[in-house]
Amino acid sequence: MDVIPKWADAILIPLISIILAFIISALVILAIGEDPINALQLMVQGTFGNSAGIGFMLFYATNFIFTGLAVAIAFHARLFNIGGEGQAMLGGLGVAFVCLAVPWPHWTIALPFALIGGALFGAGWALIPAWLQAKRGSHIVITTIMFNFIASALLVYLLVEVLKPAGSMDPATPRFPEGAHLPRMSDILGAVGIPFSDAAPVNVSFFIALLACYLFWLLVWRTRLGYEIRAYGQSESAARYAGISPTKIILIAMVISGALAGCMAINNVMAAERLVLNSVEGAGFIGIAVALMGRSHPVGVLLASLLFGFLVQGGAEIDFWTNIPRELIVVVQALVILFTGALDNMVRVPLAKVFLMFRKREA
Amino acid sequence: MDFLTLLQIFDSSVRLATPLLFACLAGLFSERAGIFDIGLEGKMLAAAFFSAAFAAISGSVWVGLLAGIGASLALSLVHGLASITFRGNQLISGVAINFLAAGLTVLIAQSWFQQGGRTPSLSGNARFNEITLPFADAVRDIPYFGPIYADLISGHSILVYVAFLTVPLTWYLLFRTRFGLRLRAVGENPAAVDTAGISVLRLRYSAVAICGVLCGLSGAYLATGLQALFVKDMSSGRGFIALAALIFAKWRPWYALWACLLFGFLQALSLRPDAVEAVTQVKVPGQLLDALPYILTVVILAGFVGKAIPPRAGGEPYVKER
Repeated sequence: MDVIPKWADAILIPLISIILAFIISALVILAIGEDPINALQLMVQGTFGNSAGIGFMLFYATNFIFTGLAVAIAFHARLFNIGGEGQAMLGGLGVAFVCLAVPWPHWTIALPFALIGGALFGAGWALIPAWLQAKRGSHIVITTIMFNFIASALLVYLLVEVLKPAGSMDPATPRFPEGAHLPRMSDILGAVGIPFSDAAPVNVSFFIALLACYLFWLLVWRTRLGYEIRAYGQSESAARYAGISPTKIILIAMVISGALAGCMAINNVMAAERLVLNSVEGAGFIGIAVALMGRSHPVGVLLASLLFGFLVQGGAEIDFWTNIPRELIVVVQALVILFTGALDNMVRVPLAKVFLMFRKREA
Repeated sequence: MDFLTLLQIFDSSVRLATPLLFACLAGLFSERAGIFDIGLEGKMLAAAFFSAAFAAISGSVWVGLLAGIGASLALSLVHGLASITFRGNQLISGVAINFLAAGLTVLIAQSWFQQGGRTPSLSGNARFNEITLPFADAVRDIPYFGPIYADLISGHSILVYVAFLTVPLTWYLLFRTRFGLRLRAVGENPAAVDTAGISVLRLRYSAVAICGVLCGLSGAYLATGLQALFVKDMSSGRGFIALAALIFAKWRPWYALWACLLFGFLQALSLRPDAVEAVTQVKVPGQLLDALPYILTVVILAGFVGKAIPPRAGGEPYVKER
């Protein structure tokens, strides 16, 4: 099966899939009577035209890096975690509990604890489906879907009935204390003399996300545990024969996955400075597209996250300026998932034939 | 709680169970043939939009119904291509279809009607109206039986009756015909079916197509029967509740009926918190009732209350030996 060289597998196939997804998106825009070129120009201008646009793009990308890595680590163990959305919601709850627990003196102290809170809650929410898969054989895809809905109902209940401050109509927690406010990119870059818009919520979490990418790479390709996860993902029977416990791998991979999804909350929840309903905004699902497109590699996940950050920010722009609603991004997301995930063989098989042809000619 | 309130709740249970039942039976055909389908939600949503849109434009609900089924079938075809022809991951394909429908419906609705992702309200012949069964008014005054017949059994739109008739039809087709036997076999052991000289591809495509038609009916009922317009994301997780019902029913048609009625009943209860409170004497949060179908499914999946065993070849693309 290794007709296709490694570089083509890692770069060419995702690239062709993305191009196909974009061509179809352009056709959709044409079909509803709008101009795709104009739409793209608006998206580019609205994102790269000023530093606020870039800031929003990086803010969204931070979310997607976390959820993308969450889906990716599960993919390495051949588990499909659709529950990123619910795990991120619970992560938000964990972060909110930590931030509201004590009057934090400074963000440098609040952030590590918030990170732990988000990770613990996200991991806990992933642990139950993982345990059910490992011990009772319940299909993890179905249970994680169900857990998304349960998480959403739980969050509505908690925000409406429990956490909402008395007298408030808005289903949200009280504001976080001053010491739990993260420095924004404008503060960080301003300190070294680079002007950056303070309108965008991108903050120090972006660097945590980059660190998470590096740690992910270390874990998966440079540790014994990472090797075991990949071995289990490649062949369960071979892994079992080598003395790797499937129960252990399923539990650990899912706990890491849930923790990563939960960590997303340090970005969206701490930047909003309170927990509101629907704060995840589908980032858990975009993580699926990001992981598929990035081939479950941190560099790929990072690039795919930036692309989706651009799409979401650009989508808001065209929603504002044209008759194309922001749901266009959902269509692009669907097509990316379809082409890079489900229709992979449609691109791969013809490409393999092309490479085979070249090889025969050389021989 | 008095008899009339109970009757009202049962009545809305039947209405709310109908889209679940269509979608659940749709999933039953697909999954019995070995094709996992978590795209029920998306197909339902697409059918809801296209049925409402075409009914609004043409003024005829039947044109709408056809358009809805067509849209759902088109998405089924995508799922078939991805999971049967190109042997891709069926779960990922289902996820993609859900998002495709969620995005496209709003995009097209905005382009056609400029009402922020909705269709105009449907009235008259552009929606399915309630049917009064014979003698409904004559027997209304008979205690108990009268109201049950006149309010609970009579007075639904035609699609409700179609949904309930689809249950015995599905049972007959799957368990009493040659096609049904082959369809179930292809979900358990496709190699055996192939050895017998029957096309696995064709069987699976027909199962996926039946799934598309039933999802189309489900979505059309949602937009033109239960409600009288399409609004953004109106399927609101019903496709996943149907999936839950399918697991709850252990992939059997008659059990599916009871599971859908139960989940419909739970949905009806969450619309009537006053009645729930009157019976239980405690304030039950509506969110708990909303989440109950999902919680029940997890419990069933965990095998604590009887084991749910899916078709053995489910989710696996069939590769012919060379």
